[in-house]
Amino acid sequence: MGIDLSQFHETFLEESFEGLDVMETSLLAMDEGDEDAETVNTIFRSAHSIKGGSATFGFENVAGFTHVLETLLDQVRSDEREADQIIINTLLESVDCVREMLTAERDKTDYDEVHVKDVQSRLEKILGNDDSAEQQEAGANNAEEIQTSGWIITFKPHLNMIQTGNDPVRILRELESLGSMQVKSDLRNLPELVEMSAEDCYMSWTITMGGDIDKKQIEEVFDWVMDDCELDISPLSHAEENTTEVSVSGNNQDDPVAEILQKTEIKQEVSASQTKTEVSAERATKPAAKKAAKASTEASSIRVGIDKIDELINMVGELVITQSMLGQLGENFDMSKLDSLRDGLAQLESHTRELQESVMRVRMLPISFAFNRFPRLVHDLSSKLGKKIRLELSGESTELDKTVMEKIGDPLVHLVRNSLDHGIESPEVRRAAGKSEEGVIHLNAYHKGGTIIIEINDDGAGLDKERIRNKAIENGLISEDEQLPDEKIYDLIFQPGFSTAEVVSDVSGRGVGMDVVRRNIRDLGGTVEIMSTPGEGSTITIRLPLTLAIMDGQLVRVGKETYIIPIVSIIESLQAQKENINTIVDQAEVYKLRDEYISIVKLYEIFGLVPDSQNITDGLLVMVEGEGSKMGLYVDELLGQQQVVIKSLETNYRRINGVSGATILGDGTVAMILDVPGLVIMSRARKNREVGKVA
Amino acid sequence: MATILTVDDSTSMRQMVSFTLKQAGYDVTEAADGVEGLQKAQSGRFNLVITDVNMPRMDGISLVKELRGLSAYKFTPILLLTTESGSDKKQEGKAAGATGWLVKPFNPDQLLTTIKKVIG
Repeated sequence: MGIDLSQFHETFLEESFEGLDVMETSLLAMDEGDEDAETVNTIFRSAHSIKGGSATFGFENVAGFTHVLETLLDQVRSDEREADQIIINTLLESVDCVREMLTAERDKTDYDEVHVKDVQSRLEKILGNDDSAEQQEAGANNAEEIQTSGWIITFKPHLNMIQTGNDPVRILRELESLGSMQVKSDLRNLPELVEMSAEDCYMSWTITMGGDIDKKQIEEVFDWVMDDCELDISPLSHAEENTTEVSVSGNNQDDPVAEILQKTEIKQEVSASQTKTEVSAERATKPAAKKAAKASTEASSIRVGIDKIDELINMVGELVITQSMLGQLGENFDMSKLDSLRDGLAQLESHTRELQESVMRVRMLPISFAFNRFPRLVHDLSSKLGKKIRLELSGESTELDKTVMEKIGDPLVHLVRNSLDHGIESPEVRRAAGKSEEGVIHLNAYHKGGTIIIEINDDGAGLDKERIRNKAIENGLISEDEQLPDEKIYDLIFQPGFSTAEVVSDVSGRGVGMDVVRRNIRDLGGTVEIMSTPGEGSTITIRLPLTLAIMDGQLVRVGKETYIIPIVSIIESLQAQKENINTIVDQAEVYKLRDEYISIVKLYEIFGLVPDSQNITDGLLVMVEGEGSKMGLYVDELLGQQQVVIKSLETNYRRINGVSGATILGDGTVAMILDVPGLVIMSRARKNREVGKVA
Repeated sequence: MATILTVDDSTSMRQMVSFTLKQAGYDVTEAADGVEGLQKAQSGRFNLVITDVNMPRMDGISLVKELRGLSAYKFTPILLLTTESGSDKKQEGKAAGATGWLVKPFNPDQLLTTIKKVIG
């Protein structure tokens, strides 16, 4: 029967990656001093499953490697071996190797074989190779075969054999499939009927088998009951017994044991001369770099909790009920039923909305998926940097859209690395500053309105304002006499080409970092900002939309066009009072809102439309915030608020400044969604031009 | 039609076993660990139980012991999925009352051949 095993590969790879994450987390817990037996068991089980699966589904290299890994884990599990620092670190590296091999399988690419062999040989070194000797014996024991014209088998089951579910009749039937046979039943032990227990087996058999059958084949039939019976298998005629050595032929070639032995030899030749720190340093930086290239191949499937599916089914049920109710109503409709129709439609609306939310929840994953890689990162990097750092995680169960999650991973890694490298000081410096030697990095996530907020907090030295200022002046980002409030200075580190690290380390600080981080986050419709207190540490706050597919929007009208402003960026909407409008430098207008001057951006000017009125007091000002500054968008009218499905303009048309996407409204027309941060940048550029003109 | 319960914490192995058996015309129920397996065994009737050894919550050996304690499963064939390194596990499994074992890695054909040894 031909079954294509490759159909299970995806599931296998997915669960293996999960298993590797579990192994990593548990190993790190062991490293922290967790000596719970269940922790080791969990690690062992994961390795065991990966081994079993990879052998079954044809990933021999992975199976070979995990076999060695599993053997070592088994020794740790059964307390034959103490899990010391070296073992834990080697195990962690092994996890990386397996991950690398499986990733290569998934992406159909190559992996670093030399590295894998190096780690495997180190695992074997820890095992002391006594294991491979054992296998050698096991591999040799099937060398002898006896040739005979037949066999006499005496099979005497123990009384309780059938209680293990083994049925003698089936065993006899299986024997029959090997060749011709004669069976003699021996009923001597059969007790009187009254003494007989139906659960016991009293009979025994003498079986004569003819033909060219290997003893091994017969033994295999009895394999499961060897210990539950008396069994004797002798050649049919002792006189004919001519023991010839049968070559172990093809058989041995498939033997996994032999294969592993061959592999072991090769592996031992690979020198383990590379120092460990070098290897682990490489390992720490590589996965992240590779991740980016892989992004396109990811996200092929998603795991969804049963409760979410049940909720969906429930909602669909409700919808069906509403639909049938409306259907009935429409059959002979008259105006007296108008109220019921309205009720029905209201119900339909609320169900549709709930269904939509439920569907969106399917795409939501706890942020722990993104956070999970950090314990390892911090563990590896802190030892490399010679710092003592504790990582604290909170809010791991906060849910986030899968796509957003995948894209936020790398920026987060970059930010955490920065905190490790630049934020937290060395133990000596910390001691001198009167702080505890151990620095703390805290990752936190929580929901706030329609956004998710991720905070990265460290208790390090904080940002050096003067140095940032000087650097920015040096790079021409600001002029020498420019006075900036603190947050604007901190914000400079997100500018392209800005890096204050005096020595570019390989952990962070190649000067391409923070601006890319900000760009990535902005691409997701999010913002990032940093707060810092000298001597006490810094906090980076990332705000992200919960999902990329749907958002709450405020519909506004400008002339004949409808635009949508994301609700999250709106602070308030108001009717402009004439006395609060000030015109500065000829053209630019600002609005005085309480004690703040906010520049007014006329949407009709930007998009070249004819408004109802050019007089600002006739329309409305929608105060929005983006890029850290506020502005008032002048529109003719506010329409409704609704959830809009975001369609990408870039895939359907092309990128337009000031517009982040489009959506289709209820009446079928297309409305543009305004890109508030983009508009802020545009209006700043305009202002600069105008100021330039005047000067 | 013979009914089979397959217990394994690895989704891919479970899928493979279940798919193969269904293709061969068996009625298959899946469980992700010993606890779930025992629960499903108690609420249904199975002609055969195939279980992995290493599982969270309740391992295969304990499951065999539990099942053998139930009158409905006293003689039901129970097969353990083991790996070549687990010869002591085989003995432990036998002692717990397992009928036999299937050594990983196995392919669908081997699985079906083994199944046929214990059910028709």
